[in-house]
Amino acid sequence: MELIIPTINLSAICPEIVIMVFALIILLLQSFLPIKSKGYFAYVCFTGILLASVLVIYLPSAFDMQFVESSFSGMWVVDNYSRFFKLIFLLGSGLTTLISVNYVANEKIQHGEFFSLILFATLGMMIMASGADLVVIFLGLELMSISLYVLCGCTRTRTISNESALKYFLLGSFATGFLLYGIALLYGATGTTSLKGLSEIVSKTGSQGHIEIMGMALLVIGFGFKIASVPFHMWTPDVYQGAPSPITAFMSAGPKAAAFAAFARVFVMALPSLQGEWVGLVWILAVLTMTVGNIIALVQENIKRMLAYSSIAHTGYILVAFLSAGELGIASILYYLLAYTLMNIGAFALITVLAGKGEERITVQDYSGIGYKNPVAAIAMSLFLFSLAGIPPTAGFMGKFYIFSAAIKEGYLGLAIIGVINSVISVYYYLRVTVAMYMKVPETTTESQFPAIVFSPALILAIIISAYGVLRLGLFPSDYIAIVKQSFLALQ
Amino acid sequence: MNSLTFPILSIITFFPVAGILFILFVNNDRRNLIRWASFLTAVITFLISLPLYFKFDATTWNMQFVEHIPWVKAFGISYHMGIDGISVLLVLLTTFLSPLAILSTWTAVTERVKGYMISLLFLEIGMLGVFCALDFFLFYVFWEVMLIPMYFIIGIWGGPRRIYAAVKFFIYTMSGSVLMLIAILSLYFMHFKMTGEYTFNILTYHELNIPIDVQFWLFLAFFLAFAIKVPMFPFHTWLPDAHVEAPTAGSVILAGVLLKMGTYGFLRFSLPIFPQASIDFIPVIFWLAVIGIIYGALVSIAQEDIKKLVAYSSVSHLGYCMLGMFALNIEGVQGSIIQMINHGLSTGALFLIVGMLYERRHTRLISEYGGIMKVMPVFAAIFLIVCFSSMGVPLLNGFIGELLILVGAFKANVWVGLITTIGLVLGAVYLLWMYKRVMYGEITKEENKKLTDMSGREYAYILPIILFIFWIGLYPKPFLDKTYASVDHLLQKVNYHKELAISKGKSTEDKDDTLIMINNNNNR
Repeated sequence: MELIIPTINLSAICPEIVIMVFALIILLLQSFLPIKSKGYFAYVCFTGILLASVLVIYLPSAFDMQFVESSFSGMWVVDNYSRFFKLIFLLGSGLTTLISVNYVANEKIQHGEFFSLILFATLGMMIMASGADLVVIFLGLELMSISLYVLCGCTRTRTISNESALKYFLLGSFATGFLLYGIALLYGATGTTSLKGLSEIVSKTGSQGHIEIMGMALLVIGFGFKIASVPFHMWTPDVYQGAPSPITAFMSAGPKAAAFAAFARVFVMALPSLQGEWVGLVWILAVLTMTVGNIIALVQENIKRMLAYSSIAHTGYILVAFLSAGELGIASILYYLLAYTLMNIGAFALITVLAGKGEERITVQDYSGIGYKNPVAAIAMSLFLFSLAGIPPTAGFMGKFYIFSAAIKEGYLGLAIIGVINSVISVYYYLRVTVAMYMKVPETTTESQFPAIVFSPALILAIIISAYGVLRLGLFPSDYIAIVKQSFLALQ
Repeated sequence: MNSLTFPILSIITFFPVAGILFILFVNNDRRNLIRWASFLTAVITFLISLPLYFKFDATTWNMQFVEHIPWVKAFGISYHMGIDGISVLLVLLTTFLSPLAILSTWTAVTERVKGYMISLLFLEIGMLGVFCALDFFLFYVFWEVMLIPMYFIIGIWGGPRRIYAAVKFFIYTMSGSVLMLIAILSLYFMHFKMTGEYTFNILTYHELNIPIDVQFWLFLAFFLAFAIKVPMFPFHTWLPDAHVEAPTAGSVILAGVLLKMGTYGFLRFSLPIFPQASIDFIPVIFWLAVIGIIYGALVSIAQEDIKKLVAYSSVSHLGYCMLGMFALNIEGVQGSIIQMINHGLSTGALFLIVGMLYERRHTRLISEYGGIMKVMPVFAAIFLIVCFSSMGVPLLNGFIGELLILVGAFKANVWVGLITTIGLVLGAVYLLWMYKRVMYGEITKEENKKLTDMSGREYAYILPIILFIFWIGLYPKPFLDKTYASVDHLLQKVNYHKELAISKGKSTEDKDDTLIMINNNNNR
């Protein structure tokens, strides 16, 4: 038997190597450095992320139309689509790192583990975005998920955090099983796991291939779990509520984007010929996801839980774009995920700091009067919430506008109408927070029990970056739209 | 067509930003500085908007003072501003009322002055933007953005049920406008299919011939957004809540300008873009407007709270505006525009007057007053003038608007005209009866004996309005002239479709739709 050595093109995985090296460096330093200097791990982590971002942007010549580079026997592809997603992940993990600086110290979490796991999770997402083969995508997904399971439980002494980790792990493994079964069925039917190969073979059998359709349906379940779409969303509220706030921020942005990256790549690149089969399925998922997410969010008292349901609803909006997967559709997914990353992490940054030590202040009532005690924080929070609600001139509005125009262009008028009605429903629960912040008087008796709020410079930087991004994407979106449009061309 | 070399509309619209930035850096406790800064900002905005009045060319229906800069090229979105005879008076009304509203809050709002003033100035930007925008996207952005300051004004500085009122206002308005967004996007892609060009330029949509069945649905979506804003019966339920809970300045702006966005929307979008559907909807709108007029007036009679009375009277007055507009003749539409201005002035003044009473007695119940005339004689005179103006007594502004609207309504439909005149009588009933109970008679309450007459500041914000009440009442020509060319042009377009429909109905042969469309293009 002849052994084929694949072409190894290290430049294609350069950013991934950087992330991995930094993750390992942090792990090593953790064992050798004295406890005092561990506060610097966050900055080591952040440096790694910055370096990787620079490499993603500049290493293969800057964003141009036709750029596609595949290596490792076609299992790995670097195109504008994957590069844009990688930047979203890196932005998400960079902001999370900034938010975590004080949090990790306050909650006495092991610095080394925490930051290296964030980097490993980021690495997993990047692999998912670049994978052109189901096996590679699966590897990335597992790397990301396992890191996240651990991160959810990293505040060891809090029961709720342990519960969150365990729930996520059990349900997550279950969903991974579905995904793997789907991959196995597709492989069994076609004899290949490469997306290109799949696309060729499946286009011949079309809707006649029952095993392929079965496999496709199982993939929908697997990805549907990771993006938190109804009815595979049951884990989301508990996990989001229990996990440490910075990790919730991280989870709601990065892994969701990564799952969408892989989801869209698999379905648009490999299974377009089965479109007739999955359109109806995803249509129902989209409607359910938007509606259930928004309606349950209306009655939540815990703000993290509320944003968990809101995150489900946002998955629904992105599924609308996913359905209208034409030029506008894919581009709007990218744009929306970027906007969502900025506004959601921004909101969670504020939740992290306003909750105080031990995360005690996390119900909507606890926000009473914050508008006058911390006016700047309240203005920033309002900005992020209005953006999540899709009020102009914010990134959230521009993103929704993009998604709904894609839906209307592709003829999904009914879906667009359901979508906008949902965004009106969502306004109610986002407004509740601003109502509490500005229009309610805090109960003085409970006030003194809460620890003081301390803003660290890193966290302020994270908030400034997110706020700037939210306004920039909302007011002057032209250049970003140009970039996401090019990213779409990569999938053609 | 005239155009100034510098972007005057942008300067007017965004000048309040300068005030906001200044106020942001002022210490919270220096309340008077904040008040003066915002007042001066609004006054300067008004002064720089005056050239719009003098340099406006009333002989053309074209857009004037146009600015056109690409914004998001990929979508064909541009920053496109301009005004014509329909919007020029509304822009001036906005810049005119804003400083007066700010002046009225001097003693009424004493807490969180900074946030309040910033909200008011922010609101002014949004309102001016709505009236100037000539790009659908830009228009929508301003339309939605304006909800945020108004939400905070009602929710933070409002009365006891302020949170309910603020959230209701926000969600009610937004549910109308998101459907409008869907309609805008549908139009946008339809335009692309017909012409191959992506654009949000409102003016190009005025030239678009949309198939009638599509017009129906799109008109309905726009109708919902605007009818909620106007508010037309039965979409008016947010209005009394918002008005009663809002602080005085909020009510003045809400009644004076915000409601006009709905009527303006009908004039700028519904009529020219969906002429055929508008004609088909005339009966519905006529009857809703008439019901609004009568219902608003009847409910006003029953109110015990003066502010609620004025709020319901708005429902009635805006009914006149809608009626005149959909009479689709020159008297009706011009009357409708003048009535929008009149309503802004007289209802704005009524809210200011209610605010004055409230500041003195901290109640708005009619039963708490009585005999006020004896202690506040000058106030009584001004109050009476404003009431007369609101009910349309000759020589005052209300008369001009209502007369024109009635002439228009009678021309369009005699029955509707007849029923509307009942509304006029009812208008006199609720206002005069309220005036009688508040101002005449013996002073029954001990507290009312010590009331002081109007202060200098109160004169300063009520007299300019009184001036315009008389001016428009005695010599409305300059204002009517400004609107004539644009209204005439609008009506030509709409009535063309009307005649088309009539001739089509008369002809026994089935004419091909596309043929008519081609003819239509040739005629233009």
